[in-house]
Amino acid sequence: MTRQRVAAAFALVGLGLLSWGSYLGLWVAPPDRYMGDVQRIMYVHVPTAWLALVVFTLAFVYALLFLIRRTWRWDALHEATLEIGVLYTALLCIQGALWGKPTWGVYWAWDPRLTTVAVMLLSFAGILSLRHFLDDPLRRASWSATATILASANVPVVYYSVRWWNSLHQLQSTPKTVNSAMVEPLRINAFGLLALTIALIMIRSWIAEARRRRDLAPPLPEIEA
Amino acid sequence: MMALLHKEFLLAWRGRARVAASLTFAAATLLMFSFSAGADGRLLQRLAPGFLWLAILLASTLTLQASFDAETQDGALDGLILSASAASIFYAKALTNWLFLAALGFVLLPLIAALFDAQLGALDRLMSVLLLGTAGLAAPGTLYAALAGRSRAAGLMLPLLYFPLVIPALVSSVKASELAFFGDPMNQWGGWMSLLLAFCLIFWSLCGALSTAILEDG
Repeated sequence: MTRQRVAAAFALVGLGLLSWGSYLGLWVAPPDRYMGDVQRIMYVHVPTAWLALVVFTLAFVYALLFLIRRTWRWDALHEATLEIGVLYTALLCIQGALWGKPTWGVYWAWDPRLTTVAVMLLSFAGILSLRHFLDDPLRRASWSATATILASANVPVVYYSVRWWNSLHQLQSTPKTVNSAMVEPLRINAFGLLALTIALIMIRSWIAEARRRRDLAPPLPEIEA
Repeated sequence: MMALLHKEFLLAWRGRARVAASLTFAAATLLMFSFSAGADGRLLQRLAPGFLWLAILLASTLTLQASFDAETQDGALDGLILSASAASIFYAKALTNWLFLAALGFVLLPLIAALFDAQLGALDRLMSVLLLGTAGLAAPGTLYAALAGRSRAAGLMLPLLYFPLVIPALVSSVKASELAFFGDPMNQWGGWMSLLLAFCLIFWSLCGALSTAILEDG
């Protein structure tokens, strides 16, 4: 029962930090001078972006580890990080669109970072559905790992080609350029989401493991009526 | 490797009917694009380079898929993998697909010029963009065709994985073709070609290295 307890602890700490950070972000932090209250979405948007990148980096590492070590554990973790990464990039696009409409006047712009995130979302969602369409566990594990490596290698290339093609997104702010009352909820939310992500990865990889066991298990003998 | 190439060319030659069909398909997509854009001649002319690459991209999903048809039937690939390395099988197929797509592009050029009244400005530049751009499509496309052909919903799987991956190749091919069609006052053609070349180098080597995992597992 211990690993379940660890995951539950991470999830609780994560949810606690997220509610605290969001409280600070929504009520305590001052509104932005130019963007007003709209800017408060940054307290979830920026942590989501960071964690989405962390999770996809992990997916790349797990895919590589699976192809080298050939252990099912890496495949389960690969599946978990793929799914959570797709979820986070989808959330990221929705949050960005909600912020973009009042600030830029449009839901979507062909900015390099936006476009790269959209391409990542599409690539990794494609790999997730590839996993659904492959029945043999070995094929599923090794082919989706290959696709993850290709898609990850493509991310910087997409970024540079789109940046050259068009540009508009804000430059990154650093803690030095931002009021400390704004930095605090951002940091708390980032750590909260990190803890929650660890819990989600753990739980999702157990589900993947259990599903693979069920797939590989011999069929039960038929019971005669 | 030479024997494999010979086999691929023989297969391609025996499937001539397929060549005619994919050419017709590409021409049909060109017509559809023009109907969707409207009858504005100037607009169509400006969109011609993009249409050229979209036609090649869409037709490539069919030809790439077809290149593994002979292999997936009767488990022929299992026999092939015993006598040749996965990388050599992959490169033979990718090379054949590349030549085919480049040829398709060359044939589409006069059609584009006629349909959209586009001046084929710098023909040498257009030729090199076509060669390099189709190379960028062929390597990842061949690898994903190998994978999609043996999964359920094969026709759906290939574009789903292959389209997002070739976006950089598509962007730079379209840009370089535009500059070749309409002139290049800012001298940017070389830059887009280097990006395309980098894409080709990365994915021709990476896909070759990863082909073992696709062709030997399962």
